[in-house]
Amino acid sequence: MMLDIAMHILELLMNSIQAMAKVITVRITESEKDDLITIEESDDGKGMSKELLERVTDPFTTTRTTRKVGLGVAFMKGMTEQCGGIFDIRSTEGVGTWIKATAQRSNIDTPDMGDLGEMMMAAIQANENIDYIFEYITDTNSFVFKSSEIREQLAGVSLLEPEVLIWIKEYINQGIKQAKEDLK
Amino acid sequence: MKSLEDLKKMREAALKKVEMREGGKDYRVVVGMATCGIAAGARPVLNKLVEETANHDYNCVVTQTGCIGMCVYEPIVEVYEKNGAHTTYVHVNPDKAARILAEHVGQGHIVEEYTVDAAKKAQEA
Repeated sequence: MMLDIAMHILELLMNSIQAMAKVITVRITESEKDDLITIEESDDGKGMSKELLERVTDPFTTTRTTRKVGLGVAFMKGMTEQCGGIFDIRSTEGVGTWIKATAQRSNIDTPDMGDLGEMMMAAIQANENIDYIFEYITDTNSFVFKSSEIREQLAGVSLLEPEVLIWIKEYINQGIKQAKEDLK
Repeated sequence: MKSLEDLKKMREAALKKVEMREGGKDYRVVVGMATCGIAAGARPVLNKLVEETANHDYNCVVTQTGCIGMCVYEPIVEVYEKNGAHTTYVHVNPDKAARILAEHVGQGHIVEEYTVDAAKKAQEA
């Protein structure tokens, strides 16, 4: 099973990459005030038909030859329901997919956040041509990472250079740490 | 503190490296990053492979693939050589990943004890 929230989100990111997205946005809101973790993941990929969308959260009716989405969505839905949260997925064919999942921050079943920098690094490593937007928001702070800005700075050098990937991971984790300073 | 300014230096260093090394890398190191791989711990393995490659400047590219079809053996790392031969390493963790790079990519010796053949033999025994 998925050990931390970053693993769950990485699954969603992999789905978006497979759906031929050009832009993928991940927004994580960690609110002490509302005792809530909110995860939004959206893409402009090929989207899903109504029929597939209905089946996508059920691990037992999806089959490998027809599915565009794996167990990841079912796992995430299960996690949020166990942790006092809600799960919502919307998708339009040819437009993209939007997923929102919440979990009660203090719930004993809510997994650790995990390594979000490593998660983004793994997604970028899977496909560097996608524009990734990563946002981390607390009650008073926020951190935004855009892979397009990195690409601009590198001017022709690949994001897949190992030194660059590690830098991205550490840069994101540093940004999260700073944004988190007001959280306890 | 990391800032976007760092990237300029990294860009110059990367361009120099490309000039020095023509004709691509000798090894391709592939990590299975499907649901089965991720759930089994492929993400930290990928991270270790990227870190070690950067730190030791190993002659390889690290890439990802989907489900390799042996989910029970995940995390799986495959090392491809230039001649097309490949070795499948199973139940890989970050420490094993570092050793695979050091011995296989660094010195050209297969780490037999981590291969799928070794794992299958151990099961039969």
